[in-house]
Amino acid sequence: MTSPAPAGSSPAPYRGGILDRKETLAKLLIAPAVVYIAAMIGAPFVLAILYSLSDATTGDPSLHLVGLRNFTAALADPVFRLALWNTFVFTLVSQTLVIILSRILANALLKPFRGKWLVRFLILLPWTAPISLGTIGWLWMYDSIFSPIDWVLRYLGALGTATALLGPETNMYWLGVPGLAIASVIVVNVWRILPLATVIQLGGLSSIPKDLLEAAEVDGASPWRRTLMITIPLTLPIVSIAFLFGVVFTFTDLVVVYVLTRGGPVHMTQVLASWTFFKGIEGGDLAQGAAISLFMFPVLAVVAIFILRMARRTEVV
Amino acid sequence: MRRIRQGAATEAYWASTMRERNEAGADAAALECHRIYELKHLGKLARRGGLYTLLGGFAFFGAFPFYWMVIATFKTDHDLFSPLNNPFLFNEPPTLDHLHVLFYDTHFVQYLTNTAIVGFAVVVITLATAVPAAYALARWARGWGETMGIGIFLTYLVPPTILFIPLSRFAALFGLQESLWSLILVYPTFTIPFCTWLLMGFFKTIPKDIEEQAMIDGLSRFGAMAKVVFPLAISGILTVVVFAFTLSMHEFIYALTFISVSAKKTVSIGVPTELVRGDVFQWGPLMAGALIASLPVAVVYTFFLDRFVAGFTMGAVK
Repeated sequence: MTSPAPAGSSPAPYRGGILDRKETLAKLLIAPAVVYIAAMIGAPFVLAILYSLSDATTGDPSLHLVGLRNFTAALADPVFRLALWNTFVFTLVSQTLVIILSRILANALLKPFRGKWLVRFLILLPWTAPISLGTIGWLWMYDSIFSPIDWVLRYLGALGTATALLGPETNMYWLGVPGLAIASVIVVNVWRILPLATVIQLGGLSSIPKDLLEAAEVDGASPWRRTLMITIPLTLPIVSIAFLFGVVFTFTDLVVVYVLTRGGPVHMTQVLASWTFFKGIEGGDLAQGAAISLFMFPVLAVVAIFILRMARRTEVV
Repeated sequence: MRRIRQGAATEAYWASTMRERNEAGADAAALECHRIYELKHLGKLARRGGLYTLLGGFAFFGAFPFYWMVIATFKTDHDLFSPLNNPFLFNEPPTLDHLHVLFYDTHFVQYLTNTAIVGFAVVVITLATAVPAAYALARWARGWGETMGIGIFLTYLVPPTILFIPLSRFAALFGLQESLWSLILVYPTFTIPFCTWLLMGFFKTIPKDIEEQAMIDGLSRFGAMAKVVFPLAISGILTVVVFAFTLSMHEFIYALTFISVSAKKTVSIGVPTELVRGDVFQWGPLMAGALIASLPVAVVYTFFLDRFVAGFTMGAVK
């Protein structure tokens, strides 16, 4: 008797308040996120374009448009051209390695074995720990005197004696020799992205229907043929996703170069992100900095288009 | 009769030879089986060994920098800076000196506090904006909701390296330089897009009937969402809390650009930039700081990484 009216007795209880109108409520709920994104991503992005067309500096940040001068000045700068080249080389080399290694690692992780949680934790560490702190660990490993890599090489007799394979000096100076510094930065980039790519690939591999592979085996397809005709085509979308996100993260990364080499020796490891920082913030040339950073945009736009396509295609399947 | 007997004899003859052959064959087959079994067993062992070597190698590659931090954290300076000592072992008894320096002579505790403050505030802002937006996009806006969701996700691809110069001017304009507020307001630029996208996926898995039933029971649309659907999405919301916090803790570029006063730094920039005196790296405290700040967040993150990746792959895995 005292209980409220049973459910369903009044099919349309109350409609019309602001908390009930679908369209209004939807807009109200979406608005904060969209306003935030517009104000804090959209507006700064427009401002970056305006800065790149101006002569603004930290001392005089007023917008005085000067046309495309900053872009032509950047292109004429040999350090910028080196940074542009390095950004592409570091990204493509490291991400190619990441795709190959992550496939191997993902295949191994699919098999049952003891202590999987520990192996998983250790393998994921480079992605789960803050990148600047992990890179600090590498900085100490690449130390010019106390590098453990050098110690092992000396111990094996490959370094530090007159007849040694890698020369008579006691150290390799990983971050001091241009070629080695480039390799060192690439290794840390691989180290950093490998866990992410592996987890993405694991998802892709475990989603292949088992019976498909078994049917192919019954039909007499060799392991190579099964990989070539089934595994690779079926995991191609997921591998592409892993590759594209790896590209985004490596292409725009400042931390690894900033912590390891600061772009040195003599700008040999400079990338677009680090050069933007050194020019725009430390050098105070906002206009140049903005112009340099915008050179990243076309690549990111292309990547975004590819990601969209992947999303569309997989939705159709 | 004769023919029958003859037939019977032939039959018996064949039967016996067949039996002999079968037995011989069975022996040979058994032998063959055994050989194959041994070979397979060996092969299996070899494959097992290969698997463990491979995994061990990858685990070593991933974790060695952190092992290297552990060693440096507890080594005496004398042991640390003797090039002839085996760097992988403790040649002298371990010490807690570096931890003492880290906690008492640097701003490390302050960095941790700052990181926690920023992380907490970013989590609050992210939840307040991303949860309702994700719900509305997932539920009430089928066609354009999907497009808008993807649009929001794509803003995640606009990197801090393009935005940090104009945002540094924003910070200056509002007088927020050297203030944690600048980080609190800017970090949602990467947490909101990602978390909105992630939550859209979560809300789609909750059946629509549940809130329709709640509305029939007399709740408003908003009430059904807040009182019925959100509690069901708690695991998704928890995931968002973890990501908003860890992504804030990982962030480097904005913190490096906006903050230069030591006492205001977060852990991800404080440790790499402040534990260097002049040109001299204080490796012991530096490694201790990196280790202490890395491990807890790594443990928590590991549990949630699969969901993070599910966000990236956007249903490419089915």
